[in-house]
Amino acid sequence: MMLDILWSFLILIGIAVAAITGNIEAVSTGILASAKDAIELLIVMAGVVAMWNGFLYIADGSDLTRLLARKMKPLLKFLFPSLPQDHIAGDYICANFIANMLGLGWACTPTGLSAMKALKELEQERLRTNINHSDNSFSKSHKQLSLDTASDEMCTFLILNISSLQLIPMNLIAYRSQYGSPQPMAVIIPGLITTTLTTVIAIIICKVMCHRQ
Amino acid sequence: MRLISYISVMIIPLVIFYITLHALLMRKHVFELFLNGAKQGLLTVFEIAPSLIGLLVAVGIFRNSGALDLFCNFLTTVNNSLPFSTLTLPPELLPLTFLKLFSSSGANALLFDIFKKHGTDSYIGFAASVLLCCTETLFYTISIYFTSVQIKKTRWVIPVGILLSLVSLISSAWIARLFV
Repeated sequence: MMLDILWSFLILIGIAVAAITGNIEAVSTGILASAKDAIELLIVMAGVVAMWNGFLYIADGSDLTRLLARKMKPLLKFLFPSLPQDHIAGDYICANFIANMLGLGWACTPTGLSAMKALKELEQERLRTNINHSDNSFSKSHKQLSLDTASDEMCTFLILNISSLQLIPMNLIAYRSQYGSPQPMAVIIPGLITTTLTTVIAIIICKVMCHRQ
Repeated sequence: MRLISYISVMIIPLVIFYITLHALLMRKHVFELFLNGAKQGLLTVFEIAPSLIGLLVAVGIFRNSGALDLFCNFLTTVNNSLPFSTLTLPPELLPLTFLKLFSSSGANALLFDIFKKHGTDSYIGFAASVLLCCTETLFYTISIYFTSVQIKKTRWVIPVGILLSLVSLISSAWIARLFV
């Protein structure tokens, strides 16, 4: 719902401002240009995402993601306390965190989307068991009865994705050296400090928000 | 420093090497797995295409109309009228934070403008670099991740995401001061 409002806000305010300031011509050509840019981006993205998803399936099929998830179990249990043990969502979440930390860019999208799909299936399972034990409907999971609402796990996962813990910000180093920085890598340590800080704050907020309802 | 640039070049090949070798040692049909995944990956891109187009068009309208500049000017005025001088942030960083919520390429374009105008290792250039290290495109991620699983009610994700962007903004403005 909020996304609907924001999206319409961008369009309506944009066009209204353009009409007042006389930028309507720029908007008119801009609309077509951005639709075209979106497809160009998608074409580049398609190759990279398909490639990473292929390797994700290899890692998944050979139980590598499961192995990683086992190693990260304490972390997973801390961040997602109500996620059932050894659920497939945990594997994808771990793979996504690793891809994020290594700065693998578009490798994060396939792992993240797989994690979201697995979390959605988890919600469907929960809903089913909830209907079976209707006397239990006041148990902990009753708050997420409808399937179009984000679960606690989904929210936490998304927020942690946004706080973007990354070890080496490769893109930024490249941009900085491209623009003639004498020390393009000087950004690594302060960057690490700030992402760690935001990630810690993100975890605290997620814990509070999940606990509140 | 040379080590870090070496690592950053090695990381993707190394990850791919490790995944492939591990699967081969486990006697899996590596290529078949890859093909299945790549096919699913293409379908995924196809699935997220509508949200990406929708988002980029809306952001394009907002930027081309001059509404973004107006909004950023407004933010700058608010920022400059804050009573605490330690809280006052460099005015260039506010539009950067705002743009980064919607589009990575837009934020990068603005970053390059800052680099050209102030230099990469000036206080503002450096703070902007740090800021883009620790923020992610909130609305892009939300629209792609949530629409892919038909989630409509995003609960507290958007307000918390915006709050985290503000935290990144303030902390990068402060930390950059220590390093420049």
